[in-house]
Amino acid sequence: MAQSSPRPDAFLPLPAATFHILMAVAEEDRHGYAIIQDVAARTGGELKLSAGTLYRSIQRMLEQGLVIETQERPDPEFDDERRRYYRITPLGAAVAKAEATRMAKMVKWARSMGFAPEKA
Amino acid sequence: MRFYRALLHLYPASFRAEYGDEMCAIVKRRDTSMLSAALEVFRNAPALHWDILRQDLRYTARTLARAPGFTAVAVLVLALGIGANTAVFSLTDYVLIRPLPFPSPDRLVRLWETLPGYQHMELSPVDYRDWRRMNSVFEDMGAITTQEVNLIGQGAPERIKGAFVTGNLFSVLGVPPLLGRPIAPSDDRDGAPRTAVLGYGLWQRAFGGDAGVLGRKVLLDGTPRLVIGIMPPQFRFPNQEVELWVPFAFSEDAYSDRNDNYLNGVARLRNGVSLQQARAEMDVVAGQLRRQYPKELEHTGAGVELMRDEISEQRRLLLVALAGAALCVLLIACSNLANLLLARSLVRGKELAVRTALGAGRERLIRQLVTESMVLSLLGGVLGVLLATLALPLLTTLVPSLPVSGAPSIDFRVLGFAAILTALTGIGFGIVPALRAGRGDLTGLREGSRSGGGRKAGLRSVLILAEVTLSVVLLVSAGLLLRALLRIQAVDPGFRSDGVLTLETALPMPKYEVVARRTAFYRRVLSEVQALPGVSDAGYISFLPMVMGGGIWPVDIDGKTLDRSEGHSASLRFITPGFFATLRIPIHAGRNISESDAGDKPYTAVVSESFVRRYWPGQNPLGRHFKFALFDRTVVGVVGDIRVRGLERNSEPQVYVPYQQAPDGFLVFYSPKDLVIRASGNPRLLLPAVRRIIQEADPEQPISDVRTLSEIVQDDTAPRSVQVRIIGIFAALAFLLAGLGIHGLLSFTVSTRSSEIAVRIALGAQPRNILNIVLQDSFRLAAAGVVLGVALAYVAGRAMQALLAGLAPADATTYLAAAALCFLMTLGGSLAPSLRALRVDAITAIRAE
Repeated sequence: MAQSSPRPDAFLPLPAATFHILMAVAEEDRHGYAIIQDVAARTGGELKLSAGTLYRSIQRMLEQGLVIETQERPDPEFDDERRRYYRITPLGAAVAKAEATRMAKMVKWARSMGFAPEKA
Repeated sequence: MRFYRALLHLYPASFRAEYGDEMCAIVKRRDTSMLSAALEVFRNAPALHWDILRQDLRYTARTLARAPGFTAVAVLVLALGIGANTAVFSLTDYVLIRPLPFPSPDRLVRLWETLPGYQHMELSPVDYRDWRRMNSVFEDMGAITTQEVNLIGQGAPERIKGAFVTGNLFSVLGVPPLLGRPIAPSDDRDGAPRTAVLGYGLWQRAFGGDAGVLGRKVLLDGTPRLVIGIMPPQFRFPNQEVELWVPFAFSEDAYSDRNDNYLNGVARLRNGVSLQQARAEMDVVAGQLRRQYPKELEHTGAGVELMRDEISEQRRLLLVALAGAALCVLLIACSNLANLLLARSLVRGKELAVRTALGAGRERLIRQLVTESMVLSLLGGVLGVLLATLALPLLTTLVPSLPVSGAPSIDFRVLGFAAILTALTGIGFGIVPALRAGRGDLTGLREGSRSGGGRKAGLRSVLILAEVTLSVVLLVSAGLLLRALLRIQAVDPGFRSDGVLTLETALPMPKYEVVARRTAFYRRVLSEVQALPGVSDAGYISFLPMVMGGGIWPVDIDGKTLDRSEGHSASLRFITPGFFATLRIPIHAGRNISESDAGDKPYTAVVSESFVRRYWPGQNPLGRHFKFALFDRTVVGVVGDIRVRGLERNSEPQVYVPYQQAPDGFLVFYSPKDLVIRASGNPRLLLPAVRRIIQEADPEQPISDVRTLSEIVQDDTAPRSVQVRIIGIFAALAFLLAGLGIHGLLSFTVSTRSSEIAVRIALGAQPRNILNIVLQDSFRLAAAGVVLGVALAYVAGRAMQALLAGLAPADATTYLAAAALCFLMTLGGSLAPSLRALRVDAITAIRAE
C-alpha cells in the first residue's frame, strides 16, 4: 500500500489529532490510553482525544506509514495481551518536523502583522 | 459498557475487530458518559466507512482498469439487460397498467353495438338516446365522433383532427377546462349557438396561447364557432391527435335511422356497479330494443368494455411477447454476468489468497468485492438508462394512440428492479471468491494454476445451459414472428402501391354540399394534375384502403332486406374514373365508372369479385340491381378485390359508385377526399406542383396526410416489423451472449486441463482426441439447451399464436433453423479454445505446474 518514500510535505497540513499523536509516540512507544493521557497532559487538558478519534487516526497513520505497531512490550508490569504499542517511523518524525516548521512560519508571519503575541 | 459495545457495531467490522477491545478498555478507564460515547461513535463511524469506501473505490478503479476487456463486457451485458427491460416494461406499464388521467378511471367504459362478426360497431344516435334513457347502471353516458375540420383564418389553412361530442361528455370524463367552460348540454341542442373547445396544443400553435381567443369566433369548415374553453395539456381524448371539440347539436332527423352508426359511446359506471352488472343490464336493454325494432336491430347487441382495456388483444399480446423477450435478455444478462464473475474469480483466487495471507479479513475482502460489483452495476445502470432512453421512441411506435398523456417516459420503478436484480447477481457471484478466501482456504496459493474447483465448473455449466435454452426460445420466437410478418407482407393487397402519391383535400361541408361544386373542384384538380410531366393516372376516392376500414353498409338485394351481420354488408366508396387505373386495380367485366355517370342518370356501381361471388354466384352480375347506401344501383362493372381493412384482416366486398351520383347534401361523409396520383419516378417530387394546383383551385383548401401508397402499406405492418426487429435484436443479443458464455467456459476448461492435454499429446494423442475432450462438454450443453429451448419455445409459440397469422407454432423450418444456429454458435464459441488446446506445448504446460 505504502508508496516508495513519499515527501513529508505531501501530508501537510496535518490534522491536529495526528500531530499530537506523533508527539506522544515520539518520546517513547506508547499504547492507546497512554497516548490519550500524554496528549491531555501536554495540552493542559485542552485536547481530550476520544477512543474513536484516536484509533481512526492511528489506523490512517499506520496506512500512511507514519507509525508502526511494535512487537516489544516496554511496560511489562502493566502488560496486557490486548494492548498494542505504537512507535514513530522516520517518515513520521520527518512529517512532524515539517508540520512544526510550517506552523512556526505561520506564527512568524502572523507576528509580523501584529496578530500574534510576542515570545513568552 | 454493553451499550458502548453495541455502538461499536456502527464501525466497520475490520476496525472493530482490530481496536474494539482497546477502545472499550479506554472508555471504561475514563468512565466516559453514555452520551459522549455515543456522540464520539456517531462522529467517527461515518468517517471511517467513508475512508474505506474511498480506498475500495480507488482499488476498484485500478482493478477494473487492469482488466478492460472484462469491465467492458460486464458493463455492456448489464446495460443491455437493464436498458432493454427498462424500456420495454416502461412501455408496457404505460399502455396496460397505468390508470387513465381521469377521475375514477376504473369506472369509465366504452360502449359498442355488436353484431355477429363485429364486436365493436359504433352506435346510431337513436340507439344512443334509447340506451341512455333505458339503463340504470351508468351515472351518465356520452358520445363522441372524431371528425377532421379545416381551420381557416389562422395562417395557412390547416386540417385539424377534432371531435363532435355530446353536451355531457366532458362531465362524464370529469376533466375541467384550463380556461373558460366545457361544452355543456345547453350547447348540444339543435339551433344552439355554435361553440368550440380548443385543445392546449392547438391553442398554443394557432392562437399563440392568447387567452383573448375565448369569446372570439373561429372559422371551422367555413362555419364560425365561438371559442368557449381551452382544455389542459394533459387532456387527450379520444386520442392524442384530437385537439378540438364541438357539440353535435343533433337535429330530429339524426334520430331517424338505426343503421346510421357513427357514435363512440362513453359512460361512467355508477358507484358500486360492476362491469358485469353493467353488461347484464345492457344485454337486457339491447334485447328490449331488438324486440321493438326487429327489422333494424336483428342480432344487434350491446358491448361494454373498460376504457383501460381498449387496446386490442393483438397489441396487448405483442407487448406481452416483447416483455417476455426482454425478461429473457435480463436473465441471460444476469447468468452471463455470473459466468464472467465466476471466471474472473479464477484469476482473483490467487490475488485474494495473497491478501488473506497478508492479513486482510474476510469481511474486508467481501466489502471490497461488493464495492466492485456495485461499481459495475452502477456503470451498467447508467449506460442502460441511456440505451432505454434511446430505445423508447422506437418502441412507442408499437402502440396506437391512447388517451394517456404524451409519450411514455422511463419508469424508475422498473429501472430500480432491473438494477437491483443485476446488482444482486453481481454481488452474489462477485463475493464467491471472497467466501472461498475467507474460509482460510489457502489452496489457491498451494495449488498454483489448478485453483478453481470442479463445483464452480458445474455451476458455470448450468448457467450456460440456461443461456442456450433462453437464446433458443428467443431465436424461435423471433423466427416465428419474422415468418408471420413475411407471410403477411406477401399477401397481395389487390392494388399496386409503388409510384403512387396520396394526399387529402377534405372539402368542408356547407361550402361543398352541392355536388356540382365538388365536381368542378375534382375535375379542375385532376385535369391539371394529369397534365403534370410524369403523371400517368390520377383519381379521387372517399377513403384510402388500409387507412379507413369502415364505411360499411348493409346490402339489400331484390327487395329482400338482409341484416347487417357479416355476410351481408359491403364497403361504400365514391370514386372518380381514374381511381382504378391509378391503383392498377383490374377491371374483370363490364366497364369503369365514367364521367357520363352523372347525377341525373341512373345510379350505377362497380362491385368487387367477392361481392359477385356472394350474391350472384355463377351468374352474370352486369345489369343487376341492388339497394345500397339509400339508393338503388345497377352493376356496370366488376373489379378485383382489395384489402380495405389491411393485410391481416378480412375485408367486406367493395362497392364503388360514381362521384357525381349523390343528391346534394346526402352522404357527404363519403364525398371523395383522398387524391391518388401515379407517376414515373419519385412521386413525392410532384408535391409542390400539386400543392400549387390545389391552392389555385381553392385558396382556403388545406392539404393534409401527404404519404405515398407504399408507406401506407408498410404502415399496415409497422407494429409487427418493429416488434420483429426488437425481438430479433434481443435474439441476436442472447445468441451473442450465449456464444461468449460457451467461449468463456471452454477457455476455462482448456486452461485448467492444459497439463492433462499436454500429457496426452506427449503420449501420442491425435488432434482428433484432443478436440474430443474440449468439444464434448460444449456440444453436450448445446444439445441439452436446444432440447429444453425447443420445448419452451413451443410453449411460447402457442401463447402467441394469435400473432402468427396462421403459421403453426410448431413450424419445423423455424425450429430447425434455430437449432442449426445454436450449434453454429457453439462451434463458433468453441473455436478459439479448441485451437488453443491443439497448440498446448507439452513442455511449457507441465513446467508451469
